Amino acid sequence: MAHDHDHDEEHSELSETQLRVRALETILTEKGYVDPAALDALIETYETKVGPRNGARVVAKAWSDPAYRAWLLKDANSAIASVGYAGRQGEHMVVLENTPARHNMVVCTLCSCYPWPVLGLPPVWYKSAPYRSRVVADPRGVLREFGVELPADTEIRVWDSTSEVRYLVLPMQPEGSAGWGEEKLAELVTRNSMIGTGLPKRPGALA
Amino acid sequence: MTEGAHDMGGARGFGEVIEEPNEPPFHAEWERRAFALTLAMAIPGEWNIDMSRAARENRPPQDYLSKSYYEIWLAGLERLMAERGLVARDEIEAGRVLHPPSPIKRRLLREDVAQALYRGAPTAREPTTPARFKAGDRVRARSIDPPTHTRLPRYVRGHAGVVELVHGCHVFPDSNALGAGEDPQWLYTVCFEGAELWGAGADPTVKVSVDAWDAYLEPA
Repeated sequence: MAHDHDHDEEHSELSETQLRVRALETILTEKGYVDPAALDALIETYETKVGPRNGARVVAKAWSDPAYRAWLLKDANSAIASVGYAGRQGEHMVVLENTPARHNMVVCTLCSCYPWPVLGLPPVWYKSAPYRSRVVADPRGVLREFGVELPADTEIRVWDSTSEVRYLVLPMQPEGSAGWGEEKLAELVTRNSMIGTGLPKRPGALA
Repeated sequence: MTEGAHDMGGARGFGEVIEEPNEPPFHAEWERRAFALTLAMAIPGEWNIDMSRAARENRPPQDYLSKSYYEIWLAGLERLMAERGLVARDEIEAGRVLHPPSPIKRRLLREDVAQALYRGAPTAREPTTPARFKAGDRVRARSIDPPTHTRLPRYVRGHAGVVELVHGCHVFPDSNALGAGEDPQWLYTVCFEGAELWGAGADPTVKVSVDAWDAYLEPA
């Protein structure tokens, strides 16, 4: 697909789209199909409430609580719902555990399936043709573009989200963070580490 | 449509993955509104998620590839509404109401947003038959090429793998997208060796899985 973020160079084209969407909203409102205040609430939800900090909280809890970790790996829906996250685009969750032997990565080659309740809306690169086309054939090459180099014998396991099942990667807890509280651990958890294109921050990287 | 440009797994030539630092959820005001309109218009129940995917994807490759993500959403929404007479093409082009509204079953109100999102739209259904496969079984993705919506990516068709997870019965998108009923089927995660998909030169440490409904599979 075309790039989504070179909007400055495509100003006139985007103005046309802007006008088209504005007119469409007016039509749908006048016809009584949508409530503009509901649209505001939807946008506000995904701009301010639902995002990767949710997933980071789940991961941090799994790192610090072995019973929760076991529950998360066995029944992700219930374990994630117990922290308050559930619903649209996360109705059927599976959590994938990274180990020294196996590194998991998640993609949706057909569209943009992504676990919204724990990660929010997907970034542009996740929805882009380069990621969708290449990660299933050359995941190590893609990892290098994210600055990640894994041992040559680590199994790379790529999960293509072709159904309504949504996958969340449980990254390995960084060395040197044992005994930390959940809040501080969550600061180590990056969005990309929960997709599999990144690793958590190292304890020394926190300010 | 199965040859649509959306089925990208394994395609070459799209270049490097480029990450935008500190990326915001939306890049323009129209993206916010197009996103919200799409979610809100799913609530009346005039179409299902598979119909909306099909409406986005079933377009000429050059059209799909030249549109940005939310431009595709917008085009999909316009198509779904036009097909059902909710908003006609001439209204979209004119940018104003030209025809009386059609009755809709329900409308998303602000006070219902949080609950609607929290509820979501689960696709698991009570099984009526036992599962044909169990974890560890060898299966082959059928060599099929439906002219209509499907969620079996081209790059696994005809290839053999191993059932890794059994997810229960789920709504079958190929049928649901056509309005031909949910036809719930057993859903499996099937894992393929890199070399099975990409040839002998493939990285031996790579394994790739897809989620595949029963109808996509045969014993191997």
